[in-house]
Amino acid sequence: MKQPHSVVPLGKLRAGETAVIVDLEKGDLTLKLMEMGLLPGEKIFVDMVAPLGDPISIKIGNYLLSLRKEEANAVLVRR
Amino acid sequence: MKNIKIALIGNPNCGKSSLFNALTGLRQKVGNFAGITVDKKTGYLQLSRELNAHVIDLPGTYSLYPRRIDEFITFDVLLNPDNPSHPDVVVIVADASNLKRNLLFCSQIIDLKIPSIIALNMVDVARKNGLAIDTLQLAVDLGVKVIHINAREGKGIHDLKRAIQTAIPVPERYFVEVKPLCPEVINGIKDITGVKSDYTAFQIACHYINIFCFNVEQKGKIKQLLERHQFPMAKLQGEEILKRYEKINPILERCTSQDQSKQQALDTTAKIDRILLHPVYGYLIFLLIFYLVFQAIFSWAAYPMDAIGAGFSWMQEALNKNLPQNLVTNLLVEGVLAGIGGIIVFIPQIMLLFGFISILEDTGYMTRVSFLMDRLMRKVGMSGKSTLPLVSGLACAVPAIMSTRGIENWKDRIITIMVTPLMSCSARLPVYALLISFIVPDERLFGIMNLKGLVMLGLYLLGWAMSLLVALVMKWIIKAKEKSYYLMELPIYRRPRWGNVGITMVEKAKVFVMDAGKVIITISIILWFLASFGPGTAFTDIERKYADLQPAGHATKTETEDIIKSEKLGASFAGRIGHFIEPAIRPLGFDWKIGIALITSFAAREVFVGTMSTIYSVGSTADSDFEAIRDRMRKEIDPITKKPVYSAATSFSLMIFFAFAMQCMSTVSVVRRETKSWKWPLIQMAYMTGLAYAASLLVYQLFK
Repeated sequence: MKQPHSVVPLGKLRAGETAVIVDLEKGDLTLKLMEMGLLPGEKIFVDMVAPLGDPISIKIGNYLLSLRKEEANAVLVRR
Repeated sequence: MKNIKIALIGNPNCGKSSLFNALTGLRQKVGNFAGITVDKKTGYLQLSRELNAHVIDLPGTYSLYPRRIDEFITFDVLLNPDNPSHPDVVVIVADASNLKRNLLFCSQIIDLKIPSIIALNMVDVARKNGLAIDTLQLAVDLGVKVIHINAREGKGIHDLKRAIQTAIPVPERYFVEVKPLCPEVINGIKDITGVKSDYTAFQIACHYINIFCFNVEQKGKIKQLLERHQFPMAKLQGEEILKRYEKINPILERCTSQDQSKQQALDTTAKIDRILLHPVYGYLIFLLIFYLVFQAIFSWAAYPMDAIGAGFSWMQEALNKNLPQNLVTNLLVEGVLAGIGGIIVFIPQIMLLFGFISILEDTGYMTRVSFLMDRLMRKVGMSGKSTLPLVSGLACAVPAIMSTRGIENWKDRIITIMVTPLMSCSARLPVYALLISFIVPDERLFGIMNLKGLVMLGLYLLGWAMSLLVALVMKWIIKAKEKSYYLMELPIYRRPRWGNVGITMVEKAKVFVMDAGKVIITISIILWFLASFGPGTAFTDIERKYADLQPAGHATKTETEDIIKSEKLGASFAGRIGHFIEPAIRPLGFDWKIGIALITSFAAREVFVGTMSTIYSVGSTADSDFEAIRDRMRKEIDPITKKPVYSAATSFSLMIFFAFAMQCMSTVSVVRRETKSWKWPLIQMAYMTGLAYAASLLVYQLFK
C-alpha cells in the first residue's frame, strides 16, 4: 500500500484525487503560480488529465486552472 | 467641456471586453501600442454634457508582476505618468465568481494610489455557485467604491457611469504596507523619482530596468541603491503576495457566504468537459467544429468573394469604357482598383473566421482546444493555441495569421506565423487544378478513387508535413525571448454574446484594410507598372507592327488584340525579368514565360492562371476559357528541346514550387503588420522561396 500522507509533486496526481498544497518550489514560475491562487494550505482537486496525458486541469477555490505537468511539479502537495 | 482618461483593467475572462463594448459601442478604435504587437483598444464615451471620456481597454493580466509583453503594457500605462495612456481613473473589473484571485490584483492597483473604482462583474455566476457577496462591506474593507454590473446584459452600466462622473478619490489607505519589507529602498526610490506611493516605489525597484523612462542618472542611482541594500526581489515579491492573501482571506470571510451544496455553474461546466474533453468524443467534436470553421472560410466565403470579384471586374470594365484611354485611366483601373479589389476580397474570410473565433472564445471552448492539442503542438515548437491558425491556413493564410494574436508566447507565435503559409490555401487550388491535368489522366483508381483528387490530397498533406517540419527546425533556431508557460484558467461555459461577435468581426476587417491595405496597394501598383511598361520603344514597336498588319485581315480584331497583349507582356519589364531569370529557373524546368507568371502571381497565386492566358493569348480569363488555356499550354513546344514544355516533370515541379513558395503579397503585408517589422516577412519569403526552389529542382531533376 502507498503512503497515504506522502508529499508528492502535483503533476504526479491522478484525475479525481484531492490534495492540500504544502509548498512551492522556488523557481521562475513561483510568483505566477501564487497569483493564480496556488498557495500553501489551499485544497485542490484534480479535475482532469488531458487525453494526450498533458496538461492537467485542477479545481482550486472556485475555478478551473489548467497547467502543464512540468509546471504542476513545482507545486508540492499532500494527498 | 472636460476630457478624462479611463483605463479598464482586470484579469483575463473577467468580462472586461464586454464592459468596454457596453461603454463605447462601435465608437472604438483598435491600434497598436507603439512598436509592439499588442492591440490598443480605445473608445469614446460621453459621460455628461460637460464630461467626455477616452476609455482604454488594457490587456488582461492576473497581477502586477509582468512577465509577458502585454502585461508590461498594463504595468507601464499604470505606473508611468508620462505614458500617453496614463489614466485619470482606473476601473478595475473583478469577477465575483472568482473573487479571491481577482482581489489580489485589485489590492495591488489600490496601493498604486491612482483614483480607482471596482466594477464587480459576474455576480450572477457567483450566485449560481452559491456565493453571496456583501458589496457594502467589501467597499468598506477595500477603501474604494464597488459597483455591481452585469456586462453581458448591460446592467449596472448606468450606475458605473454616474459613479465615474463624481470625483473619484485616491484610495486613502494602503491595502498592504510594503514599506516594512524594505524601508531603505522604498524611501530611496521615492527620493530619486519623486513618486508618492510606497507600493509604486516597490514596483519600480522590481522593474525599473525594463520600462521606466527615467534618465540614465536616475537609473544609475536606483541600481546603486538596490545593490547597496542587496534588494532580494523575488523573495520580497513572494512575501508581498502572501501578505495580500493573508488580508484577503478574512475579508472574504466577512463579505461572502458560500453555500457549499450549490456549485451549479462549475458543476455544469465539469459535466460538459467530460464530453468535450473526452479522448474519443472530444476529438471528434473538435474535428467537427474545426471542419465547420474551415468550410465557412473555404466555401461560404466564396460567394461574397465571387460577388466582390465580379463587382470589381464590372467597375474596371465600366471605367475603361467611359474614361479616356490614357495612362491615368490605366493606372486607376489596372493598378489602384485592382489593388483595392485585392484587399476587399479578403474581408468575407476575415469576418467569418473572427466571427467563429469570437464565438469559440466567448463560450470558453478555445481554451479546451489548447487543452486537447497542447502536447502535440508542443513537440513541434508551437502551442495548443496554434491549432486554429494552422487549420484556417488551409483556407487562407491572411486571416489565419491575424488570428495568431491569441498566442501569448512570442516564440510560439512567430513559429506559427512562419509556417502557416505552407498550408495549402484556396488560392493554390486553381493553379493545382490547371497543372494536375498535365500529369494525371482523368481516370479512376479501382473504379472509385479519382486520381486527380488523390494527387490534390497529396499536395495538401505535403503542405501539412512541411509546415510541421519547418516548425520543428525553427524550434531549434529561434531563441526564446521569454520562457514559455501554459498556466491558464479554464473559464466556465457560457453563451456567446452576439454583440461582441459582431463588433469583433467589424474591427478585424477594419484593421486589415487600414494596416495591411497600404502595402498591398503599393505592391499591386509596382506589379502593374512592371507588366504594363517596357523599356524604350518596345511597346510602340509592337503596336506599329500590328497596325500595319491589320489591313491584311487574316485574323479577327479580338484575336489580334490578344496577340498584341501577349507580345506586350513579353516585352514589358516583367517579361524582361522573366527572360533575365530564365537561366536560374531552367534547372526547375521553367521557361521565361513561366518566369513572368511567377512574377505576376506574387500578387496572388491564382493570378498565375490569368497570366498564362495572356501569355498564350487565349483572351479573357473567364471560367469557360479554362480548358482553352490548358489546351493551348499542352501544345506549347520548347524551342530548345523540341518537347512539350508542360511535361509531367515541369508540371510536377511547378506544383511543388507553388506548394512551398510565398507568392502572396497579402500574406507578406499581414505578417509585417503582425510582427511590426520587415524582418520576419523577409526571412519568411527567403526561406519559402529557397525551399520551393530546392524542392522543385529535386523533383524536376528526378523526373526529367
